[in-house]
Amino acid sequence: MSEAAELAELTQHAAQRRVAFPQPDGSCVPYSVFSSQEVYEREQERIYRGPHWNFVALACEIPNVNDFKSTFVGDTPVVVTRTANGVACWVNRCAHRGAVVCREKYGNASSHTCVYHQWNYSCEGDLQGVPFRRGQKQGGTMLIGMAKAFNPAEHGLQKLRVEAYKGLVFATFSDETPPLIDYIGPQMLPWVDRVFHKPIVFLGCTRQYSKSNWKLYLENVKDPYHASLLHLFHTTFNIFRVGMSARSIPDETHGLHSLITVTKPIADTNTATAYTDQKIRSMQEGFALEDPAVLGQISEFDEDCTNHIQPIFPQLVIQQIHNTLVARQLLPKGPNNFELIFHFFGYEDDTQELRDLRLLQTNLVGPAGYISMEDTEATELVQRGTVRDGDKTSYIGMGLDAPEQTNSNITENLIRRFWTGYQKAMGY
Amino acid sequence: MDKHLQCWLELNALQHRYAHAIDSGTLEAWPDFFTEDASYTIVSKENADRGLPAPIIYCRNQKMMRDRIVALRHANIFEAHTYRHALGGLVIDEMNEDEVKATSSYVVVSTGAAGDSVVYQAGCYRDTVVKRDGVWLFSEKRVVYDTSRVQTLLATPI
Repeated sequence: MSEAAELAELTQHAAQRRVAFPQPDGSCVPYSVFSSQEVYEREQERIYRGPHWNFVALACEIPNVNDFKSTFVGDTPVVVTRTANGVACWVNRCAHRGAVVCREKYGNASSHTCVYHQWNYSCEGDLQGVPFRRGQKQGGTMLIGMAKAFNPAEHGLQKLRVEAYKGLVFATFSDETPPLIDYIGPQMLPWVDRVFHKPIVFLGCTRQYSKSNWKLYLENVKDPYHASLLHLFHTTFNIFRVGMSARSIPDETHGLHSLITVTKPIADTNTATAYTDQKIRSMQEGFALEDPAVLGQISEFDEDCTNHIQPIFPQLVIQQIHNTLVARQLLPKGPNNFELIFHFFGYEDDTQELRDLRLLQTNLVGPAGYISMEDTEATELVQRGTVRDGDKTSYIGMGLDAPEQTNSNITENLIRRFWTGYQKAMGY
Repeated sequence: MDKHLQCWLELNALQHRYAHAIDSGTLEAWPDFFTEDASYTIVSKENADRGLPAPIIYCRNQKMMRDRIVALRHANIFEAHTYRHALGGLVIDEMNEDEVKATSSYVVVSTGAAGDSVVYQAGCYRDTVVKRDGVWLFSEKRVVYDTSRVQTLLATPI
């Protein structure tokens, strides 16, 4: 073997070793996946540009023709815009010299012009105008314009496929991606329907930036085990009820999507006793909210789950917590950072009372949320704790011996299913 | 002294006492700067400019403010940090005998456990201030933040 070939093989082995999952069941995850630039680059190709639908917008964010929104698929800047024919999505990069074309977060424009040389595109992303394309007469001289071979039809913005389901807009780079309904799949679809069963209105967004890897956040939203242990708000104020009924359901095709629900028991049990019996440092005596309105819940579903958390891989987490309704968009920002954008919404037919409660309950979720602020704290602790030891692995064993159990909230089954799906998607 | 200038000085003093209470960690004193039925809202400039209501914190009375502090002290988990508010640009928008509307700017520098100080948030206060028993109190405080990306989390009030 030549020296070069040997080196290539060693490098390949090293690369493989960096992302070796020692167990096929997703129970041991090598920490390198949270900080390796190589892994990150591969994710951009195989996940965000691979056969997956990426959540990019709520349709009600861009209700009128020519309304647009700048966002991302993975770390690629894209623009989503409503056109006369539906919704278009294109890479926000001029076909001329690569400048970002659309510089606003939101707006309404019938065409988009790159400021650098004023190349102009329709909202479908087709090139419409190039200044001095045919040259210019200067005195007696004709200054030559764009190359003769230049064909505007070949220099439009790079387009993504777009599909929408009940007001959720998704985009994909890949021709291989199955139809959106099949991608969401039969286990997840009824639960998407549960939240998106009638027209919604956009109430604004909040943005949170975390110094940790995006997959740590997906682990978090697939982890009912942490809920009553990390988030002590409910237990401190004697609200979280042990004995609530729970669901933890993975997508059966690849395990990348999942659902967690929690529903109050009809008859309350004493939470304090349940926790103190197990000597868990959660329950503190003597605290009560002076104004508990924030924890109310107006009945609005057949089953009024207190929590419904549903990641649709890779960029969406659907959330209903009490009366808050949110589409969280998860965006990777390099291996060590992610941005989380909470898109709050209500239903068009909300009563004033219900709308007021939705807004009051933004106190529960988002960057300052009583029952969510700890999540990014936890993911950053993992990021800081694992950055050096890429070869070491986590141990994800809760509920391991009951992989078919889907009614437990002390399980890590969804996380394991996620990692096996991730391994497959990444070819590890 | 000119009535307007007198009022500006009093509001300025109020703003500084308010920031001092937060920066020195005496958060239990924070709700006392408000009337019982006051509202306190932190909302992004992005939402405020678009007329969208979603806040990150919304207390619709003083009780909710006290609840927020009890939760921070006893329930919520976050990295220990210190705020320093830099205040400025106080402008009186409207002035009556007992009610004043004012706008001012703030910058909050936050220092975490590792010892890094970062500009955590910049924005403005849109306040309604009322005089009760000779004392100025906030009856409405809207904190409109420019720094739309909240770094990690927001625990301590602005």
